[in-house]
Amino acid sequence: MFNGGNKAGKVPGKSKDFSGAIKRLFRELRNNRILVLIGIVLAVGGSVLTIIAPDRLSDLIDQITIGLIPGMSINFDEVWGIIALIATLIASSALLELGEGLLMTQVSNTFARDLRERISKKINRLPLKYFDHNQTGDVLSRVTNDVDTVAQGLSNSLSTLISEAALMIGVVIMMFITNWTMALVAVAASLIGFVGMGAILGKSQKYFAMRQQELGKINAHIEETYSNLNVVKVYNGKAESDRKFDMLNKRVYTANQRSQFLSGLMHPMMAFIGNFGYVAVCVTGATLVTNDVITFGVIVAFISYVRLFTSPLSRIAQSMSSLQTAAAAGERVFEFIDEDELLDQSKIKSNINKDNIRGDIEFDHVKFGYDDSKKLTIKDFSVKAKAGQKIAIVGPTGAGKTTMVNLLMKFYEINSGDIRIDGISTHEMTREDVHSLFTMVLQDTWLFSGTVRDNIIYNRRSISDDEIMKICDTVGLTHFIKTLPKGLSTEISENDSISAGQKQLLTIARGMVEDAPFLILDEATSNVDTRTEELVQKAMDKLMEGRTSFIIAHRLSTIKNADLILVMNEGNIVETGSHAQLMKQNGFYADLYNSQFAL
Amino acid sequence: MFKIFKNFHWKDLVFLFSGIILVAVQVGLELKMPDYMSEITKLVQTEGSEMSDILLNGGWMLACALGSFIATVGAGFCFATASARLSMNTRKKLFDKVESLDMHEIKKFSTSSLITRSTNDITQIQMFVAMGAQMLIRAPMTAIWAIIKISNKSWQWSTATGITVVVLLSIMFTVMAIVIPRFKRVQKLTDRVNGITRENLTGIRVIRAFNAEKYQEKKFSKTNNELTNTQLFTSRTLSVVSPIMYLAMNGLTVIIYTIGAYLISEATAFDKLTIFSDMVVFSTYAMHVIMSFLFVAFVLMILPRAQVSASRINEVMKTKISIKDGNFDDETAERGTVEFRNVSFKYPDAEDYLLKDISFRANTGETVAFIGSTGSGKTTLINLVPRFYDATEGEVFVDGVNVRDYKLKELHNRIGYVPQKAVMFNGTVTSNVAYGDNGCGKKSEETIKKAIKVAQAKNFVEKMDKDYKAHIAQGGTNVSGGQKQRLAIARAIARDPEIYIFDDSFSALDYKTDATLRHELKKHTGGATNLIVAQRIGTIMHADKIIVLDEGKCVGMGTHKELLKNCKVYKQIALSQLTKEELDV
Repeated sequence: MFNGGNKAGKVPGKSKDFSGAIKRLFRELRNNRILVLIGIVLAVGGSVLTIIAPDRLSDLIDQITIGLIPGMSINFDEVWGIIALIATLIASSALLELGEGLLMTQVSNTFARDLRERISKKINRLPLKYFDHNQTGDVLSRVTNDVDTVAQGLSNSLSTLISEAALMIGVVIMMFITNWTMALVAVAASLIGFVGMGAILGKSQKYFAMRQQELGKINAHIEETYSNLNVVKVYNGKAESDRKFDMLNKRVYTANQRSQFLSGLMHPMMAFIGNFGYVAVCVTGATLVTNDVITFGVIVAFISYVRLFTSPLSRIAQSMSSLQTAAAAGERVFEFIDEDELLDQSKIKSNINKDNIRGDIEFDHVKFGYDDSKKLTIKDFSVKAKAGQKIAIVGPTGAGKTTMVNLLMKFYEINSGDIRIDGISTHEMTREDVHSLFTMVLQDTWLFSGTVRDNIIYNRRSISDDEIMKICDTVGLTHFIKTLPKGLSTEISENDSISAGQKQLLTIARGMVEDAPFLILDEATSNVDTRTEELVQKAMDKLMEGRTSFIIAHRLSTIKNADLILVMNEGNIVETGSHAQLMKQNGFYADLYNSQFAL
Repeated sequence: MFKIFKNFHWKDLVFLFSGIILVAVQVGLELKMPDYMSEITKLVQTEGSEMSDILLNGGWMLACALGSFIATVGAGFCFATASARLSMNTRKKLFDKVESLDMHEIKKFSTSSLITRSTNDITQIQMFVAMGAQMLIRAPMTAIWAIIKISNKSWQWSTATGITVVVLLSIMFTVMAIVIPRFKRVQKLTDRVNGITRENLTGIRVIRAFNAEKYQEKKFSKTNNELTNTQLFTSRTLSVVSPIMYLAMNGLTVIIYTIGAYLISEATAFDKLTIFSDMVVFSTYAMHVIMSFLFVAFVLMILPRAQVSASRINEVMKTKISIKDGNFDDETAERGTVEFRNVSFKYPDAEDYLLKDISFRANTGETVAFIGSTGSGKTTLINLVPRFYDATEGEVFVDGVNVRDYKLKELHNRIGYVPQKAVMFNGTVTSNVAYGDNGCGKKSEETIKKAIKVAQAKNFVEKMDKDYKAHIAQGGTNVSGGQKQRLAIARAIARDPEIYIFDDSFSALDYKTDATLRHELKKHTGGATNLIVAQRIGTIMHADKIIVLDEGKCVGMGTHKELLKNCKVYKQIALSQLTKEELDV
């Protein structure tokens, strides 16, 4: 579940189920099958032409050798005829290759776009539970790294694999048609090398995977050290950190050196096989020529054939490995797309109008547990609140205050019991209905990149600037907005110097715009200075007017006047009542309250 | 780029030079082969050649091929070793450098940028050296050698080859000129897609609460389409390259043969055979020449990226270290005292002072607290004690000795510092609490358990799977904020320092835990001095001395009671947190 902070350093190694992943990839490509098919046809066509061309080249040389014989001269009409044919062949081959390339980029890019789109939509259909257990970095790396790897792998491997295979088979056929003795020699000479190459490829794959892994580890260590440098320094942890770094660095070096070296062997190996084949073909060819079995042109043609035969094999090997990484990445993408989604709610007929909701709420024997009812977090909880009341939720850190938010907002489904709003069971409301009844202002002020206006109105369109400014006036944002260079149209970016307090005010304004009968307020002002804190407090008070409010309280003094206080500890609601009642009980709440004055 | 090469150790240079020599050997052998090829061709063509001659030449050619193979493998080994060593050494140097930068410099570069520089950028350079450098050495060697070999064969062939090279290169560079700027755009758009997804993930509760899923999806779609379109454009443009290369190479072969046909028909009978074998050889060399130029072009294309990485690394390397180590590591007369004398601080390139004329003294065993609004300089002030920064003016003393005179290690041994944001390392509860070195050797299990108990972390630690050996993820993602803070405090306690520095380290704790923790701490570390930065009045109201900061200036100093009476700022802060009656308790 929590596998360390190695967020981006995913190992693009082997897939768990290669053939399954490949099948899935092809199934997902079905929308594009016509384009893929045309692409394959073009690729095969191109390969065929690539094979025919050297055959014509040998015709050309045969014509030229005529000129070598004393007394004979070259027939230039024939020569030009052959040249025209060869030119047409290579030109059309190039055109076919171009066409195929264009088609495959189209297919792989649109495929990647659709995958990204699906992931983006999927995010909004997953239960929140998923995000409690998975890291943001992991999902992000699926959207970008993995999708890109799939797209690149597909565009590199799919057509190459088929066209090169076609090319190889074609070459073998052509060789055997031209001269079977020479063909046997050429094939045998090339095959010797491929066995060795396969071994090298397998080994270097292993080191490449190892390299990614070691790089991931050292990245994690670097990230940890850099971002915690103040502690590393004051605790004299440098020696410890260096020791670990050196060890990891050494391991990266080994993996780097091995993988680099082994993958570098491919090319010279190929060159050697090519040359070996060349000599073998020449020697056999010469014997045959001297015995007048073949013409010299055949030798030249075979020299090309040998080259054509050896190069596809290495390219096929390369495509296989890139198909493998694509499969591994694809597996991760589809794993995400196949995650269980939120409960289907198509049977629920929504007929909630938020303007008609008064704002009563009732918890009726609610039971809830995070992990499929094994251990209950909320055990049989009942409480009633009337419209306009103020309900405070208090408790020490980690007491499960956010659980209440999750249940109120229907982010999680309760195991049994019921939550009723104005007497209507939330079981009979869609999640969207429930959401529309609540305004939520959370502790982590979430702003997105966009203008201040976008951030305030969010997805509520059709609101005029005047109305926005009126709301800003109520929450005390007017001065801040006026100091911005472009007022409401100022862009907010991630590392802006908007203070925590101003962020809080902006999210409160966003809540005001939504104007719902219920309010959930996570009252956290620990990072805000005193003056802004007063402003935020005032804005929150304004927001609470006329709404049934749930306040997650951090400072006990502000909730003394709440109508109802829910005291939570270790996930359970341990006490309920008003401040006075709870103090009288002299239980957990009283203890908590008094502790703020203790030494 | 060349500055990076300074990180080659002399041993690596041996590898590098052997690599270069091996490449030269390999190129020589490679280019020797067409000679044998032409000899074989000639023999095959001539009536009555001895089979043994063909075999001999074939044997020599194979020997060359094998030699060239071995040389390439050797060169590959040398370059792989040299480049891997270069990246290892550079990474180490950079890591050391970053560790010694001060916090201001780190902020200036930003942590995430420093991380990319130490990882991604170094990988970039290694890739370049491993692939590019080899090509950059081999390609010109091959080109020059091949050109020498064929230059005196026939000017017609040379011209044809020259024109092909020029045409090919100009097409390549045009394509690159079109594509490279868009690559940058693709990078930017990828960042945006990332950004929107991150936004969606971090704000998932808000998005659902506002029923804004469609809104987010629309936003994503827009950028996604933009990204796809740009990518389509670049990959379409790039898909032109491979057919053109194919066309050029095959075209050139045909052209050479055509020219050959005319040359042969016009030559005297004796020359005909020579021209013929020259033609076959020439076409082979011509391919070498073209390939070499293409390789050089390719290297030139990946060079800018490596260069950017190199300059990013050098930028860090040449940053001057501002915190210099002192050499005092003796016993001191005082223990556990901190004194500021007229200390002012501003960043070197800033105009405004963050701290102005601060003076105070914390005696052995005293608790001194700092309070004030955000940006008032509390954190900056206490950061001067462990020398995260040095004071611009004035002096800071620890145990009566100026902090600048201490050996940093000695200074840090006296301090137990708990930062605002609790820091956790990948490891176990024990390894996190025992972290670092306090000059007294390895911390015993007993010390660690005791520290955890004092920090009020015993309960939850013992409930964890494998209790004291429980796994802690990087950044402490598997423990809550309050638990992290308690472990961070335990880490400071385990050091058994003379001076504790708590930079708002109690904020994630509830009142009750906060109070018990401070109570236990006092009992356990009676003699130690505490410097506490806090937001909550409750945390500090019993301190021996409270210093109220406002915009970098000290606006009040005294006990809680005194300050309530005579410090307006303090009173304001107090009233915002507690009611009047509560304050009078």
